[in-house]
Amino acid sequence: MTDFSADSILVLLDATPSGKLANSAAELLGAAGTIGTPIALIVGSAQLAEDAANLGAATVLVAEPGDGLTIPTVDALAAALELVRPDAVLVAHSVEGREAAARLAVRTRSGLAVDAIGVSRDDEGVVAHHLVYGGAYSVTSAVTFGVPIITMRQGAINARAEAAAPDVRKIDVTASGKPAASIDSVDAAVIASTRPELRGAAKVVAGGRGLGSAEQFALVDRLADVLGAAVGASRAAVDAGYIAQSHQVGQTGVSVAPELYVALGISGAIQHRAGMQTAKTIVAINKDADAPIFEIADYGVVGDIFTVVPQLIAALEAKK
Amino acid sequence: MKIVVLVKEVPDTYADRKLSLETGLAKRDGGENVLDEIGERALEVALSYADKHPDTEVVVMSMSPATAIATLTKGLAMGAASAVHIVDETLLGADLGLTAEVLASALRKKGFDLVVAGNLSTDGSGGVLPAMLAELLEVPAATALSTVEIDEHRVSGTRASDSATMTISALLPAVISITEALPDARFPSFKGIMAAKRKPIEMLSLAGLGVDAERPDGARSIIIDITEKSARKAGVKITDQGDAGEKLAVFLLENRLA
Ligand SMILES: Cc1cc2nc3c(=O)[nH]c(=O)nc-3n(C[C@H](O)[C@H](O)[C@H](O)COP(=O)(O)OP(=O)(O)OC[C@H]3O[C@@H](n4cnc5c(N)ncnc54)[C@H](O)[C@@H]3O)c2cc1C
Ligand SMILES: Nc1ncnc2c1ncn2[C@@H]1O[C@H](COP(=O)(O)O)[C@@H](O)[C@H]1O
Repeated sequence: MTDFSADSILVLLDATPSGKLANSAAELLGAAGTIGTPIALIVGSAQLAEDAANLGAATVLVAEPGDGLTIPTVDALAAALELVRPDAVLVAHSVEGREAAARLAVRTRSGLAVDAIGVSRDDEGVVAHHLVYGGAYSVTSAVTFGVPIITMRQGAINARAEAAAPDVRKIDVTASGKPAASIDSVDAAVIASTRPELRGAAKVVAGGRGLGSAEQFALVDRLADVLGAAVGASRAAVDAGYIAQSHQVGQTGVSVAPELYVALGISGAIQHRAGMQTAKTIVAINKDADAPIFEIADYGVVGDIFTVVPQLIAALEAKK
Repeated sequence: MKIVVLVKEVPDTYADRKLSLETGLAKRDGGENVLDEIGERALEVALSYADKHPDTEVVVMSMSPATAIATLTKGLAMGAASAVHIVDETLLGADLGLTAEVLASALRKKGFDLVVAGNLSTDGSGGVLPAMLAELLEVPAATALSTVEIDEHRVSGTRASDSATMTISALLPAVISITEALPDARFPSFKGIMAAKRKPIEMLSLAGLGVDAERPDGARSIIIDITEKSARKAGVKITDQGDAGEKLAVFLLENRLA
């Protein structure tokens, strides 16, 4: 009795604690639009439904939020899956999203594909594309049968779907009663920055241990502002407290693939390169001529960042 | 209290990691394999609790090839009391779903008050296994913790997710996963290394766990294509002679990057 189109793709949209759709929403709906009809699920406020339609959701399902971590979202996903019978489920590879996907896969005995950077169809259904080992390999995965549940790397998808007329439906969810951790308090991450977000940024300026202190890390911010770039960092810079962990680029941080990546005072350890070596153009400034970052830099400067970068900033400002 | 720490053997990230273009599996022969750093940090969380609470039993558990025994021995040398090694040829290339079923079954068999895992393995980057285990084991999951407090009945901590920082808690038994914000692990002492030789390592196979790797009702994720990307090459490299900033500005402007 379902009236959802046969090529439906169910998309879970994360909402932020401040009550907005997460940035991943546009990408997920965009990716879904390339392989079928995007059907969005929002667990929370129906007020976000219009935003979801604007981003391309043909239908927006809205479920009441429940108590506890993750479980209410999984319960809603399971109900939506039953209702829509989609060809695939797309979820952000955010902390929240991937755990909801993980539990849904277990509960429905579905195949799970994680950290995809794209989706497409072959003769047998929806397949997921991944970059493995820091972009050294391209891998395509599929499931043996059933509906694939796919988490999508944030900031990796450029496709956007066309806005649709809002078609909003509330859905009833039966609580699974699975034990959940409880949320005792929430601090919305206040990102009071005018700079672009690191994930998906077209340009990134990143700083490493070579910046020397939190105060001196401001040099990275200054160059980023002149270039209109997002700010990234190495793990050593994060560990030293120069900048928050959310800016970490690399294997255990964010993976970026911008047009331009500028590495300042970063040696280019393999774990750092894993998160940025697919950038289109890489620029590195390092005073050690043997730093491994130079092996992958399109333009490398052997020099002191504290003299080269101020001169670069002055030269760029003079041209504007 | 019984704490089981899940550790994984991974190809050393400092080495050149290779995938087989025939099977899509990690090549284990050539490169170095090590105990995943995040697993060491997870073990440190358990050991530092055990330091203060002597009636704590810390067990390290891994599903990995027979050759991975060294990673478990390292966990014993660091201070775990015993190890569980799940080895079975049919697990070669196991997907996340099968890995979760196997580990959940072993955890059920061994019993636990608390399971400590890493938030993200460095080879899979899934960050999904702890949640899958909690779903299978029907216990709460407090994941992505950057601080951890354990008491007899409860575990709590700070969870830094993509959009918010929150304080969460769960009643035991529970599964937690921790992030690299938690302290580095201790080094095994000489005494620890010697003591490890006499600590028990239990081997489990799929038959012993009652898990069927080929069960027909569960879908699996498989690799259908793999290609190696050509390595990046170095471009121009200049040494600053007092004008590198200006030259770099010209490069950026000419390439419409500024
Ligand atoms: C499991 C695991 C996961 C990891 N994940 C990540 C990750 O996600 N991201 C990450 O970045 N790292 C990661 N690392 C850490 C990684 O191995 C390196 O330790 C880290 O990237 C080093 O950061 P860095 O380049 O800033 O510091 P360093 O290696 O200390 O390099 C600093 C560089 O600054 C240069 N320098 C100093 N002063 C100046 C100056 N005035 N002008 C110009 N150059 C200067 C030096 O020549 C040096 O090359 C991980 C490690 C492990 C084991
Ligand atoms: N084969 C395995 N054996 C033991 N623990 C594992 C295994 N795979 C994953 N884990 C645990 O699950 C965590 C997250 O892994 P993943 O979901 O693969 O990123 C790891 O840090 C380990 O603690």
